[in-house]
Amino acid sequence: MKINDVILRTISRIVVFIILTFGVYLFLSGHNTPGGGFIGGLVLASAIILLYLSTDLETVQKSLPLDFKYVAALGVFLATSTGFGSIIFGVPFMSQTFAYFDLPIFGVTELTTVTIFEAGVALTVVGVLVTIIFSISEDGG
Amino acid sequence: MIDKILLVSLTLFVISIAIALFRIIKGPSMPDRAVALDMIGVNLISMIAIISIVLKTKAFLEAILILGILAFISTIAISRYIERGAIIEHKSDN
Repeated sequence: MKINDVILRTISRIVVFIILTFGVYLFLSGHNTPGGGFIGGLVLASAIILLYLSTDLETVQKSLPLDFKYVAALGVFLATSTGFGSIIFGVPFMSQTFAYFDLPIFGVTELTTVTIFEAGVALTVVGVLVTIIFSISEDGG
Repeated sequence: MIDKILLVSLTLFVISIAIALFRIIKGPSMPDRAVALDMIGVNLISMIAIISIVLKTKAFLEAILILGILAFISTIAISRYIERGAIIEHKSDN
C-alpha cells in the first residue's frame, strides 16, 4: 500500500537543519552552560535518525555513505589519542590545557584541548546510537 | 499573585499528565497511546517553561528544545510503527 507522507518529508527536510544547528551549538557551549560532547552527539544522532525515519535506508546511504561503526571507532581513537598527547609534553595522562586567543570574528576566545576530546566523544555517541537504532529497527528486507 | 497563578497552572498540568497517563495505560487502541504520549511531551515542555518563570532562570531553555525534538521524533517513530510495522524501511516504494 502506498502511503502519502509528503508533509513529513517536507517538514523533516527543514527540521533536520534546525536540529543539526542546535546540536553544534550544544557541542560548542561546552563546560560553562549545559551542553558538551555527549549531549551534542545525542542531538546530532537524533537528526540523522530523523533523516532515516522520513526517507528510507537506501536514499540516506546514497547521500551519506558512512559506516557508523567506523565513526564510533574513529571517535574512541580521537578521544584516547588526546589523552596520550598530554604524555608527550611530560604531564599526566588526560591532562587538559587552555589559552586565550584573539580571533578575527569572535574576539578573545578561550580555546581548550577539551574540545578535541569532546569531538571524539560526540563522534562515538553518534556512531553507537545510530548503529543501535539501525539494528533494532530494520525491517529485515 | 503571579506566583499563585503559576502554582495553580503547574497543578493543572500535573492533573493533565495524570489523565494522559491513564489513557496510555487503559487506551483501547495504539493511536490513542501515541496521541497521549505526544500530549505528555507538550505538557512537560509547558511545565518546564513555567518552572523557569518561577525560578527566574534561563538554564532550562535547552531542555525545552531537546524535549521538543525528542517528542517530535518519538511521535513520528511510534506512528510509523503503527502504520507500517517497521520504523526504518529498507527501500520505499514511492
